[in-house]
Amino acid sequence: MAEKPVLPMSKRDLLSLIGSTAGATAMYMAMTSLGQAQASPFKGPLKLDGDAKGASVLILGAGVAGMVAALELSRAGYKVQVLEYNDRVGGRSWTLRGGDTFTELGGQAQTCTFSPGNYINPGPWRIPWHHHGLVHYCNELGVALEPFTQLNYNAYLHSTKAFGGKPQRYGPLQADYYGHVSELLAKAVNKNALTEDVTSEDSAILLESLRSWGALDKNMRYVKGNATSDRRGWAKQPGGGLTAEPVPSEPMTLDTVLKSGLWRGIGGNLTYDHQYSIFQPVGGMDSVAKGFERAVGQLVRLNSKVTAIQQDEKGVTVSYDDTKSGAHLQAKADYCLCTIPLSILSQIESNVGDALNAAIHAVPYMPSIKVGLEFKRRFWEQDEQIYGGITSTDLPISQISYPSSNYGSKGPGVLLSAYTMGAYAYEFTSLAPAERVARTLEWGSQIHPQYKDEFLNGISVGWHRVPWTLGCFGIWTAETRAEHYKNLCQLDGRILLAGEHASYLGGWQEGGITSSLDAISRLHQRVMAG
Amino acid sequence: MKIQHLTLTVAATIALGAMAASALAQSAARPAANPGDADGAFVVPYKFSEPDGEKLYRRVCAGCHMPDAKGAVGAGFYPALTKNPKLAAGGYPVYVVMKGLNGMPAIGGMMSDQQVADVVNYVRTHFGNKYKDAVTAADVKAAR
Repeated sequence: MAEKPVLPMSKRDLLSLIGSTAGATAMYMAMTSLGQAQASPFKGPLKLDGDAKGASVLILGAGVAGMVAALELSRAGYKVQVLEYNDRVGGRSWTLRGGDTFTELGGQAQTCTFSPGNYINPGPWRIPWHHHGLVHYCNELGVALEPFTQLNYNAYLHSTKAFGGKPQRYGPLQADYYGHVSELLAKAVNKNALTEDVTSEDSAILLESLRSWGALDKNMRYVKGNATSDRRGWAKQPGGGLTAEPVPSEPMTLDTVLKSGLWRGIGGNLTYDHQYSIFQPVGGMDSVAKGFERAVGQLVRLNSKVTAIQQDEKGVTVSYDDTKSGAHLQAKADYCLCTIPLSILSQIESNVGDALNAAIHAVPYMPSIKVGLEFKRRFWEQDEQIYGGITSTDLPISQISYPSSNYGSKGPGVLLSAYTMGAYAYEFTSLAPAERVARTLEWGSQIHPQYKDEFLNGISVGWHRVPWTLGCFGIWTAETRAEHYKNLCQLDGRILLAGEHASYLGGWQEGGITSSLDAISRLHQRVMAG
Repeated sequence: MKIQHLTLTVAATIALGAMAASALAQSAARPAANPGDADGAFVVPYKFSEPDGEKLYRRVCAGCHMPDAKGAVGAGFYPALTKNPKLAAGGYPVYVVMKGLNGMPAIGGMMSDQQVADVVNYVRTHFGNKYKDAVTAADVKAAR
C-alpha cells in the first residue's frame, strides 16, 4: 500500500478532483474575487448639508441599507418612515439563538434550542477591516466588535479523495506546499532556466527570498529539519527539562501535496475579503441591527408587506398589508428609497420606468445554506486544539467554522457546521430541516468523530426558503452589470434603490451600506436642486 | 465499520500530532468513497447528477417550488406548478429553467440538455399537468 503512488489518476481525473476538492467554498471565493467584490467606496461620515425643507422619504426594508438611510436622512431633517416585512429590524443582519423560531417557506418551523450565549449568524458573519462604512457605524452605534478567526493553521483541510479521507492540518500542508514550490523555483533559477525573466542580480535576491519563504536549507532543499519543523510543526515539540529536546517532523512529498488538491484551500485565505483584521459583533451579527434600532427603531413599522409602489409627479404611494391584522394600508411620501431584495421587488407591482424595471428583473439570487449544530462540549478545542477558524472540505457541508470567542468555556458549544453554495445548496435546501441536520451530523463526523456522541441539537437556514429574500444575495455577471447596473442605481422619478444588490460588494453588508449612502446623497442633491 | 475505522485513525492523528500528518500521507492510496446519494444528489458541487426528472424535481426544484409543487408565499412567492397553464407550451418551462426568471437562477446551466428535458417533462406530466408532448434534449440545446 505505502509504495503505491498517492491517488493514481489521469489528468482528466486530476482536474475533476481539483474542482470537487475546491468545492462550493472555492466556487464562492472565485465568484467573489472575479465577479463581485470590490473595495469599499466609503469615504467617511456622510454630510447632507442644506435644508431638506421637510421633504419626506419612505424607506422600504429595515436591513442595514434601509436603517443607515433612516439614520442619515432623519439627521438631515427629512421626515422618514420605514416599512419592514419582518417582526424585527435587520434583515439578513440576523442571529439565531436559543428560543428563536424560524419558519421557512413551506411552513416548516424550527425552534432554536441552543444554550444561552450560543448562536449562529445565518447571513453575514464577518466584517473585513476594509468595510469602512460598517465599521464606522458599529463604532458610532456602540456595537462592540471582536476578532473573527478566519484562518487557523491548526484547523483542517479535508478531502474525501485525499489521504484516505483523513483531515490534514492546514499549517503543515501550507508549509510543505510553499516549501516544495520554493525548492522547485530555486532549482529553475540555478539551472539558468529563468535568465530571460530574471537578471543575475535579481536571481541572487530571488534565491534568498525563496530560502526565507520556503524554509529551505543551505542547499536550497526543503527537507526534514529544524527549519522546516519551525514552519510545519514538530514530531515532538520543544519543551523544558530532561525531555526537552525537539524531534523534527517529516515533510510530505511534493507529489502528495499536489495530488491531494488540498492546496486549493489556501488561495481563499489570501483574498482581500479574508485578510486580517476581520471582526464579528460580540454576541451575534444582529448586534448591528440592534445598534441601528437604538438610533432609529422608532421610525420603523414592522409586519408590513409591501404590495404596490406607485409614483406620480407629486410623490410616491406604497400599498402594504399589515401581516398581523390583514389590514390593507397605504403610506405616502415625496420620495421612496426601496431596499427590498430584487427577488421580491420583481414580484411587486410598480410603475417605475422601463430601464429600472428591466434591471429589477435581471438579477437571480444565490443559493446558500447554513447549518448550526450544538454539541455538549467544545471537543474541537479540548481534543484537537482548534480555537476558531475554518475547516474546509469537499463534503457537501463545505466548511466547519469554530467559534471565535469564549475559548476554553466548559459548556455546550455551537459550530457553523455547514455553509455551502452551488448545487449542494439546492440539494440541501430541498431536504426537510431535520434531515439537513442529520446529514450535516453524518458528514461532519467524517472530520470530527466526536460529532455523534456530543451532538445536542441543530438548526438550518436554506436561503431560498427564506420568505423575505427568496435566496441569499443577488448574482451579477459581467453582462448583466454592463446592461443593467447603472439603470438599477439611477433615480427613477421619485424612486431610488439601495441594498447589497445595488453594489459591487454582493452579499456583504458593506454593499448595502455604501449603496444606501450613495443613493441618499444623490437623492439629497435632487432635493436641494428643488 | 467504515465509521469505526475512521474514528480510530482520526484519534491516532490527534494522539500523534504533527508526526501523523506525514505518516498518514504515505498510506493514503485507498480509493475514496463516493460522497453522493444513490439518487444523484450531493455528488459534485457545480452540477446536478440526478439521473431522471422525478429525482431532479425532488432534490432540486422542490427546494423552492415545494415537494407538492404548490409553491409558497411570503414577502414574495414561488409560483405553484400544479395545474399550471404556463406549462402548456413546453418551450416556456425550458426557457425558464435555462435562463432563469427574476430571482430564480438559470439552474439549467448546472444540468445536461437531457436533464433539463427530463425535469420539464416530469413537471408537465405530474402535479395535475397532463401535457403529453415531451420536450427533447435537442429542444433544450437549441434554447441554451
